[in-house]
Amino acid sequence: MDNLHNKYVWEVPVRVTHWVNFLAIVILSVTGVYIGSPKTLALNPSQFVMGWVRFIHFVTGYVFAVSVISRIYWAFVGNRYAEWREFLPVLTADGRRQMLEMFRYYTFIGKRVPHPVGHNALAGITYLLVFVLYLVMILTGFALYTEHAPQSFGHKALGWMFLLFSNQGMRLTHHMTMWFLLAFAIHHVYSAWLMDVKEKGRVISSIFSGYKPVSGKN
Amino acid sequence: MGKGNDEDKAGSGERMLDMPAILEKRGISRRDFMKFCTAMSAALALPVTFAPRIARALEEVKRPTLVWLEFQDCAGNTEALLRASNPTVAELVLDVLSVDYHETIMAAAGHQAEEALAKVIKEQRGKYIAVVEGSIPLRDDGVYCCIGGRSAVDIAREVCGNAFATIAAGSCAAFGGIPAAAPNPTGAVGVKDAVPGATVINLPGCPLNPDNLTATVVHFLTFGRLPSADSLGRPLFAYGKRIHDACERRPHFDAGQYVEQWGDSAHRKGHCLYKMGCKGPETFHNCPTQRYNEKTSWPVGAGHGCVGCSEPMFWDTMTPFYKRLPTVPGFGIESTADKIGAGLAVATAAAFAAHGVVSAFRHDDKSRGGKEE
Repeated sequence: MDNLHNKYVWEVPVRVTHWVNFLAIVILSVTGVYIGSPKTLALNPSQFVMGWVRFIHFVTGYVFAVSVISRIYWAFVGNRYAEWREFLPVLTADGRRQMLEMFRYYTFIGKRVPHPVGHNALAGITYLLVFVLYLVMILTGFALYTEHAPQSFGHKALGWMFLLFSNQGMRLTHHMTMWFLLAFAIHHVYSAWLMDVKEKGRVISSIFSGYKPVSGKN
Repeated sequence: MGKGNDEDKAGSGERMLDMPAILEKRGISRRDFMKFCTAMSAALALPVTFAPRIARALEEVKRPTLVWLEFQDCAGNTEALLRASNPTVAELVLDVLSVDYHETIMAAAGHQAEEALAKVIKEQRGKYIAVVEGSIPLRDDGVYCCIGGRSAVDIAREVCGNAFATIAAGSCAAFGGIPAAAPNPTGAVGVKDAVPGATVINLPGCPLNPDNLTATVVHFLTFGRLPSADSLGRPLFAYGKRIHDACERRPHFDAGQYVEQWGDSAHRKGHCLYKMGCKGPETFHNCPTQRYNEKTSWPVGAGHGCVGCSEPMFWDTMTPFYKRLPTVPGFGIESTADKIGAGLAVATAAAFAAHGVVSAFRHDDKSRGGKEE
């Protein structure tokens, strides 16, 4: 039974974008909450507190956008565990079966612990939703950002966003999506910890090292 | 306005003006006239070298006819235009125009007035300028606003459809404004939606800044065409920048100095009104530089946040006026996005904590690691 070997699962771009996203979301959330409801931190008007907070927010926004786009690109050129099919288990009967199995385990209905090598099927579909939220954040964020330079290339390129949202509605969406992502982060850390304990598959260390212990063929 | 036209009524649209005579009659010095022309070139964001060209245009221009229509409105834009405390110079520009129809200020009434309008449309087709104030109701065949037995939409189609250009003065004429606010019982819309074929330039604002109207007319008289506009049909010289980016309180925003409560020490010192719900960061208008009432002041200058009155559907989308973000649909009035979001995060953490406790006591299989299928 303990015929385990270490398998290289998470390639470098997967791990790098994961941790860049993590850091970016932390920085963007902290600076974003300050921008949304600032406290008076400056003693005189020649200070630049909000200015620097916004600067950090915008630069980090660019970093996050590059990271997300890189990960989407890697979904088409990376290994099978990074591939876009991992995030669409609903497309295959096997994927749907695995989603159900994972759901039964999570809800205490089923006893069998699934032992996936890559993402578990339920996590895969969740990450698809998370990436949709990422894109919502990037698009609303940059659309609002371009308002400082009307008629610029960026403002025109994202002009269609203002047909989908009112200006205030876009701000509300940008705010609420942050909270959805923070709720996801809580779920994500908990689930990783739970499955690390239950699968004994070193899932937490795998996002640092890239390797997971795997039994079976090979 | 309209004074001095008595001897030549509509129909004499192609007549030269004797500007020096008009200036003298009104007691305006050449110097004041040139100052006005310089101010106009500044309002239009033109180099100061354009001032002589504007002066020449105003002196030499053939007088185009202007008709001013009022529909679902409060006449606030007419008020804004007429109340100019030092009107002589700005009013000149409108004297340059032959104002043949303006319900609020014209002497004629009833059928006599409607005849004057009909005459303009007939004799000046494609040459006159129409100014529309107020929204146009479309529901139930437009019965909610009728003048002389005709619906507003019917009048607008004829007058705006045959004009050289239509200036939508104020937020109601530009985007429907307050009459179009939810639930919009009359089906009110702006001019462009009511008469899609018309050439419309939007000058929203509640009220519009009369300087912007004067500048638009001066631009037309000087260059023979309307100023270039953004995707909402608003001229860029007046709506090309956010209030937030030209605001006199902006240094306090960047520094991080905010009014927390009306009348607190930050408010008395003139700090940023961002937390009081100021909509300057989402409103495109030249209020901070052009200001109202002869450049006397403007809302943020007077200590009140911007309410975004020149943006489309501001009454629905910019409320609540004293909060940064809109309320979340389906939740109580006092629920803000952040309260709901923090609640969501706490609830998520609590749910997974409970799940974790249960999981800790589960008996699972003893296999380790991943399994290849």
